[in-house]
Order: sequence, then structure tokens, then C-alpha cells
Amino acid sequence: MSVNAPGRAKIDAKTLRTDAWWLQPAITAAVLLSFIVYATWRAFEDKFYFVNELNPGGKVDLISPFYSPCLASHCVSGSSMLGQPIGSWWTLSPALLILVFPLGFRFTCYYYRKAYFRSFWLSPPACAVAEPHTKYTGETRFPLLVNNLHRYFFYIGLVFNALLTIDAFIAFRGVQGGFHMSVGTVVLLLNATFLWLYSLSCHSCRHAMGGRLNHFSKHPVRYRMWTWISRLNTHHPKFAWISLIGVALADYYVRCISAGTFTDILFF
Amino acid sequence: MSQIERHTYDVVVIGAGGAGLRAAIEARAQGKSVAILSKSLFGKAHTVMAEGGIAAAMGNVNNNDNWQVHFRDTMRGGKFLNNYRMAELHAKEAPQRVWELETYGALFDRTKDGKISQRNFGGHEYPRLAHVGDRTGLELIRTLQQKIVSLQQDDYITTGDYESHIKVFAEFAVTDLLLDESAGQPRVAGCFGYYRETGDFAVFQAPAVILATGGIGKSFKVTSNSWEYTGDGHSLAIRAGSTLINMEFVQFHPTGMVWPPSVKGILVTESVRGDGGVLRNSEGRRFMFDYIPDVFKKQYATTEAEADRWYTDPDNNKRPPELLPRDEVARAINTEVKAGRGTPHGGVFLDVSTRLTAEQIQTKLPSMYHQFKELAGVDITKEPMEVGPTCHYVMGGVEVEADTQAATGVLGLYAAGEVGGGLHGSNRLGGNSLSDLLVFGRRAGEAASTYVDAAGAAAQITDDAIARAQAHALAPFDGDGSENPYTIHSDLQQTMNDLVGIIRNGTELRDALDRLESFKSRVRNVTVTGGRVFNPGWHLALDLQSLLLVSECLARSALAREESRGGHTRDDFPAMDPQWRQVNLICRMTDKQVNVSKQAVPTVPNELLSLFDVTELDKYFTGAELAGVTGGAH
Amino acid sequence: MGYTSKFRVWRGDDTDGGLVDFEVEVNEGEVVLDIVHRLQATEAPDLAVRWNCKAGKCGSCSAEVNGRPRLMCMTRMSTFSQDEVVTVTPLRAFPVIKDLVTDVSFNYQKAREIPSFAPPVGVEPGDYRMQQVDVQRSQEFRKCIECFLCQNTCHVIRDHEENKEAFAGPRYFIRLAELDMHPLDVKDRRRGAQEEHGLGMCNITKCCTDVCPEHIHITDNAIIPMKERVADVKYDPLKRILLKITSRDD
Repeated sequence: MSVNAPGRAKIDAKTLRTDAWWLQPAITAAVLLSFIVYATWRAFEDKFYFVNELNPGGKVDLISPFYSPCLASHCVSGSSMLGQPIGSWWTLSPALLILVFPLGFRFTCYYYRKAYFRSFWLSPPACAVAEPHTKYTGETRFPLLVNNLHRYFFYIGLVFNALLTIDAFIAFRGVQGGFHMSVGTVVLLLNATFLWLYSLSCHSCRHAMGGRLNHFSKHPVRYRMWTWISRLNTHHPKFAWISLIGVALADYYVRCISAGTFTDILFF
Repeated sequence: MSQIERHTYDVVVIGAGGAGLRAAIEARAQGKSVAILSKSLFGKAHTVMAEGGIAAAMGNVNNNDNWQVHFRDTMRGGKFLNNYRMAELHAKEAPQRVWELETYGALFDRTKDGKISQRNFGGHEYPRLAHVGDRTGLELIRTLQQKIVSLQQDDYITTGDYESHIKVFAEFAVTDLLLDESAGQPRVAGCFGYYRETGDFAVFQAPAVILATGGIGKSFKVTSNSWEYTGDGHSLAIRAGSTLINMEFVQFHPTGMVWPPSVKGILVTESVRGDGGVLRNSEGRRFMFDYIPDVFKKQYATTEAEADRWYTDPDNNKRPPELLPRDEVARAINTEVKAGRGTPHGGVFLDVSTRLTAEQIQTKLPSMYHQFKELAGVDITKEPMEVGPTCHYVMGGVEVEADTQAATGVLGLYAAGEVGGGLHGSNRLGGNSLSDLLVFGRRAGEAASTYVDAAGAAAQITDDAIARAQAHALAPFDGDGSENPYTIHSDLQQTMNDLVGIIRNGTELRDALDRLESFKSRVRNVTVTGGRVFNPGWHLALDLQSLLLVSECLARSALAREESRGGHTRDDFPAMDPQWRQVNLICRMTDKQVNVSKQAVPTVPNELLSLFDVTELDKYFTGAELAGVTGGAH
Repeated sequence: MGYTSKFRVWRGDDTDGGLVDFEVEVNEGEVVLDIVHRLQATEAPDLAVRWNCKAGKCGSCSAEVNGRPRLMCMTRMSTFSQDEVVTVTPLRAFPVIKDLVTDVSFNYQKAREIPSFAPPVGVEPGDYRMQQVDVQRSQEFRKCIECFLCQNTCHVIRDHEENKEAFAGPRYFIRLAELDMHPLDVKDRRRGAQEEHGLGMCNITKCCTDVCPEHIHITDNAIIPMKERVADVKYDPLKRILLKITSRDD
């Protein structure tokens, strides 16, 4: 049944909205699609994800966030911060081993759910605009039931944030040692920062910090943390977009240096 | 007649605002089956618009407060015309009624030690109003609504039917009370009305009917009241043979919005002043200092410096005159505007932005902030509001017995809340209406139940009576086509606003009565088109009859009372007269004509009078009345 | 300052109906409800519209204005250009009764299905003690004026009549959240929210929040926190073990 179910006011139009309600979902779909296409290409490319002294344009060690930690045996030398526990049987791109986790975090994210349900599934495309589906069960069955496990992806996401932060700090070391700063270091640092902001502003984080309590007055510290996270939480969609585009740009920057497209600019 | 739906209940409550719902809860608690007839949807009653709070001397913020102080403030505010017994019961029982709400799930704002917070309000000596921001009425109605639902859930568990003991008939309007007049004094047998949604009629047979229909504000053009306030209960009572008391006293709230025209009259809560808002005229003068009447000189600050200190040190300073009772402030604003010191849109400035920060304003007065932002494009955290008087409340109502709320003249009829008269005397204090609803709603529910126990089942309602009620309700469809209900309503509102408004005089009141006479014949010719299904034209045509009846009571009483007191100001009799304090005006119908007669105000017993300073009582009472009173104990 | 506006109002009942064109005077500061009232007073005396306070406090005059769920009393005419056609229809998720009036009884049925406040045993009236920080979350939800715009706009029932039985809707999710976060309520409402009231059907597309005239953060502050609380007891094995060891809260 639809918005024209029996007994309701007979109006043929699926919506009477006069504004450009389709614009927002269209932009969302375009950006998300672009990201998916780019990320898929890069995940399978299996090269140009690491910069070290072998790269003519490399000034500092840089690893693409898509490939860190690099766990397979055929990872580029020096890119495996956590070793290569996977072994040699894995012959596909090492990015595929790890990307499922950050993607899972984003797929189950309360904000991205809104974004993709509206723009891809059109359920609904915009408020008070009829959706095309004849049946709807929401997140009550598999696979969408998995969205209820968002918190686990959040915990794993924190591990990745920590690793990418370490990557950024490693980058400051420079390929010849010492302490250096280049556009590459700044890119990795910014990327890690936005990922932290995105993770910490997450609804599951807000719940864990204090949202689950019923007596804030008995937990002043957690109440303060909850208040702080709540403030961040109102910007969650913004951080979701910035960190998404940011991670792609960071990867692309590393790729360009690694592929020799241009040279990293060293500040000192 | 067989097609008319019929119901039988122990108690029928007409009106689903605070008083009606509280009465229903009580009657249900006494084991009675209850029908709640609501003119609107459940939970939309006018109570929802109350903003400031519920007055109850809990002493949570200032522990000097107690029922005696509340009683004194109420009597003072009403200029000692109040029914002293109601004022006493009200002051004593209000705290218990408020605490009870918490057990229903209400969430009031809290003090630091976790009790219910209380705020300052006009005429209240101490912070006394339990509140939730500036949406206390919403909290009250929702709490009571949810309590009803909770009782229905209990009934569902025991009987399998949610509506086995309490049923809410939403969007049902009552047009007639049905009486049993077989044995001397008329007794309630039930009532007749129609579903707004379908236009179908229904008859309720019940030995007891509680009127909780609210007020009459829609007889005025500029009003803070919603469309429901058409005096239905007043009209039902007087037509059934009961009496109305104090109908000349109408409260004009000092602060309603004045601009833009389409929102003129919408309430600006008194909390704005309670929380630090000040009134200024177009010259920038804080004019309220010029309007402190002698009777209040002792309680209010006379300089701006002292008034300003009071906000932070209320124990050692007197309160600012912005917090005088509403009648005083409304008259002062009216005078300023008439003297040419008003704002461009005919009001005065009310400014809270200078004392509170933007954040405080948004926490304490969120609805006001949004109301001005969205309806007038004014940011009250930065600029002053423009405000002026608006018809807000009728102190007059059905004359009731204080302890039981039993209406005079008709057995089994009760009235609670705004439709009941007496508690507030000539002027109601802010916050006293919500407590009124709770205290007397409960009492009415209890007394009606006791009455039903004694009286037994209602008398059978005859087909003849139903036919008459039906003919009455359908009459507007058979008019001669000459009158449109909307036009008459608008003309009536204009007349009442112009001639029976905040400042009155004999000439204008007589003119008003002449015009009301002409409206009567116009209403007889009113014609509605369309069918019976949700037809607002028809609904208004029926409401007009009530509006006209209460308007006439109002104008006749106003003409009769030759003095100025509280919500009744005569510029031809500008003084308050102790002789008139001893008089209540009673409005009744005899031979289909409205009559007003005098009746003695009940004598206040000495133990209550002695709560006051004799020098204060001197200003209100005659020397003879005070002989033997030894006041000043406090 | 006045001008003539083109108004299209849906008129009809549950069997048939359609948009009817009107040309009507508009004055400064007016809202859509003023214009509907003018139509009643002049051209269409039996035009059905539900309204009460005309101040955005009662939530009666819900309708759809140019396709968007709104309170007519809070929709200023100045938000439209003078030559724009303003289309007013009844709420489209509920059965229509007549013209702009719909049958919203669905919401009252759902209200009955939510278990009421469960007071603490042995605490007398007057002895309730609650801190402001502990009540303020629930207070946000108690701002609800029951205009049912959120219920109307939620696609779960707007586009799927058959879901009405299993789905309580945003208004009742905030009621559940209000009670579950109430510092003194003694009932656990988490499993019920998912299993009986259909919380899992919500895909958090946030239209309820978008249309709320009280600006209640329905999704972020009620629905998502409730989904997280549900996850605590239903979907999170680690948390369940943890909850077995410690008490639920405090």
C-alpha cells in the first residue's frame, strides 16, 4: 500500500512539495557513489600505497589509510607496522583484508544509514515524498539487523584511528630520520584527526560515555563526557562527510607521491 | 429517535482540560463509570496554553511560605470578594495536588536539592509556582491525560476493555443538559450533544454532570483564549436553572502580543516579568512605579534601585511593581497607551533582554522566544517585546457550594475550574488557575461520586426531551439565509471589546446591551450551509448562542456594579467601594430573560480575617464589618 | 500591504475529493490558518479545519502546506512569494474525515499500548527527589504537543498502511525514551520497544525530527539512544555478560 491507501485524502501526486527535494539525495548519491568507485579501484589496485626513501618524490614515510595496517606477506617492505600475520596464501590486495572494518563502521553508522536509505534505497527519497517500495520492514531482519552492532564497528574503528594516528606520527620521522614536516605529514595528521572526530561524535560513543545512565547526577564525570560528546554529536554528519572525503584525498595524495605524479613538499 | 446513540454513566464530565480530567480521575477512583466529553481532541484543551506555573505553597524555594500566606495573597488579589472558603481550601490543598502529579509522571523543573522548583509571580509574596519552563499547562494536561490512559490500561487488565470505566468522547460538543423536573428542584438526568466529526447526535444518561468547560474569552476580539472558550458550561448551567456569579469580572492579561494583527492577543507569560522583565513606555520610562495603588504601597518597591535589588535579594527588598496583580498592570498599560506613550503598534515595551542572558532566556522562556521569533520576527534576547492587554480569564462562573462544587439550583450538577465562580473574587492571581483546576476538579469528582451513591440511577430521558434537544441543535440549518455565523461572531467580539472591555462606563454598557439585543434576533436568523459532517459554520452557529448569553450576563452585571474592583473598571465609578465588597451579583434566567440580582458575600470568619493586618483590611472592609477583628498576628 | 494570493485547498471526504482553487486576500503578518479562516468567513463556511490555540501550543492545526507537514498557525504567509500558489491538504498518512480534518485516532490507540509511568514503590507524594540534570532529557520529550506531524511524515506508516499495527511511530518512541530515561520510573522498556512497538522498523531517516514544530531532537536524542539501549539487552553479547555482573545503571 502507499500514501494513497483507502480512506486517505485522494491526491494522486506522490508529493506536493514544490522545492528541489530531489537535490539533496542526488548529491548524497553522487558523492557516495564516487567514493565507492574510487575506493574499489584503489582497494584492488594493490600498489602506490606506500612512500619511503625508494620514492623519488618521498620526503617522509607515508602510508595510505586504505592500506594500513598492511597485513599480507606481499605488502611493500616497511609498510607493515603490525607485521604480516596473514601469511602468503593471501594474494589479493591487502587493502581488502582491512577495509571491511571502516566500511562496516560507516555502513552501520546512524548518520550514513539516513544518507543511504534516502539516496540509494529511496526509503524515503525525501520527507513527505512517497517511496517506491511496496513492502518495508526496516531494520528488523538480516542483513539490516546487523546495524544494531554498530558499537562493535565503533570499537574496531577506534583501533584503526589509533593505527592511523601512529602512521601520521611515524611520517614526521622523515625517510632519512630526524623530525620533518611535509604536506604529506599534515595530510595524514588531518585525516587521523577527522577520523577521531567522526568516531568520537558517534551515537554509540555517546551512549557508552553516559547515554545509558539514568542518573547523571551520580556520575558527574561521565555526565561531563556525555555533554561533551553530545556537543560533538550534533556535528556528526559534518564529520562523516569531511572524514570520508578526507580519507580518499589522503589516499590519493599518497598515491600521487608514490606513483611519482608529483613530489611531497617538505616544510622542514 | 432510535437511531440516536445512547450511553449510560455514573458521572459525565463535560470538558477535558485540567479540571475535567482531574474530576474524572477522582470519580474513577471512587469506583464510578465516567464519560469525558471533550470538544477538542484529547489533550488539546485550553489548559495546554497555561505557561507560568501552578501556585502551591510548598515552600521549596522560600520556606516562609505556607497556606496562610497563599490564602492572604489570593484574597488580596481578588480584592476580598473571593469566596473565602474556596480560597482557604485552595491554599491548603494545592501542594498535595501538585505532589500527586509527580506520581502520575510529571517532571517539573527542580531545585538544587531535587525538589520541585518554584518561581515568582505577580501578587504572590514568595516564589510559589511549580513550573516546567514556560509550558506548565502542557505538562499538566499531558500528565493528566497520561494518568487517564494509565487507569484505562489498569481497566484493560481487569476487564479486557480499555474503556470499561473511563471513556473519552473526543470532539463531542454538548448542546443541552437534560433534566428531571418531576420532583421539585430540577435534577440532572444527562446531556445531549453531537460529534463534531460526523454530526451525529448522542444522549448521555447520568445522575451527575460535572461542567469543566473553561471560560468565555471568545466573546472578545482580542483574547488569549482558544476557539473552545465560548462559555458553553456557563450557558448550559444558566439555561438549566443554575446561577452565575461575579460575571462582571473579566481578567485582561496585561501582556498579550500586539503585532502583527493576526497574532494580536496571544499570551506573553507573566513569567517574563517574574524572571526580570521590565515594562517601559515609548519615552523609556519604567511607568509601573507611577501606578502602585495605596492598598499595595507596603508590598511593592517604589524606586527602581530597590526593585532591581529584589531579583537577587528578595528577603530584604520589596518586589518591583511590574509584579502587581494583573488588573493593576493591565490598567496601567491601557492608561499609558491612551495617553500617547505607547509603542508604534499600540502597546508598551516589555524587555527581558537587559537582565537575562540569551542563554537564560532560552532556558527559562523557550516558548516565548520561539513565539516571538516565529510569529513576529522579534528576537527577545536582543530587543524588547511589544505587549498590551488581552482578554484572558473570567473570574465569574457557575455559583457553587465551596466544598463540593455543587452548582446552585440543579441537583447533580457540578462545576470546576474556570467555569466555576467564586475562588478568585474580582481578580485571579497568575498560577492560581492551574491549582484551581486540580483542587476543585478533584473535589467535584469526589462530591459527584458521593452524590451518585445517594441518588442512584438517573431518571429516564424521554424521547420528547431528546426531540427538543435535537430540534434546537438543528435549527441553524433552517434559518432564512440572512445571517452568516462568522459575521455575527466577529461583530459580537468587536462590540464586547469596544464597550465591555477593560475600561467601562454606564453609557457604553447600555449601548452594548442594546446591541446584544439586536444580535439575539440576528442569531435566530443564522443559517448554515453544507452537511453535518465536521461543519465549522454549524458549530459556530451553536456556540454563538452560548457566547451571546454569557456576554449578556457579563454586560448586565457590569452595568449593575457601580464601582471599580479587580477585573471590573468603571470610569464613571473609578473608586473601590467597601459597600460593594459585600455584594455578589448573581445572574440567572427567568422566563428566558437574563436577570441580575444582588446577594450578600459570605462573611469571612474571624480566624481567617485575623491572618491580615487590620490596617490592610481597613482599605477593603467597612468599619462595622471589622468591629471585633483583631488582626496583625503575622 | 495586502495582496491577493492563490490558494489551493483540498476539499472532500473519505470517498472522493480534490484541490479547489481560491483567490484570497492576505495581510501583513498572517499565517496560513488566518487565510483558511478567511475562506471560511467568506467563500466556504463549511470548510472543515481543526484548530485550537493558534499559537503553536496545542498541535491541532496540522496539515500539509505545499507538500510539507506543518502547523498552519506557525506557517507565515511571508515564507511564500506573492505569486506562488499555496496548496493546503490534509495529513496524508491518516484517513480523511472532511477537507483538512483527518482521523488521528491511530495515535491515541498507540498511546494506550505504551506502558505508563511506573512510580517507585514506597515513595510518598511530596517525597520525590530528582535532580535537574536527571530530568532534562525526559523534559525535552515532554515538550511534545502531539501534533502528530512526525507520525504523519514517517514513511514507515505513511507509505505502508499495513505497518500501522506493528509500529508505534516517533511520537511514541519519544514517550518510551522519556519513561526509560525517567530517573524514578521502575519499568524496563527496552525489549518492549523493539519487540512490541516496532523500534526496529525505524531506519532513522530523520523526517520526524525535520517536521517537529517543537524542535525536539526525536532521532538523535530519543530514537537512537533507545536503539542503543535495546542493543544493550538484545544484540550485544558482551554487554549482556557485563550487565549480568554489574547492575543496569548506577
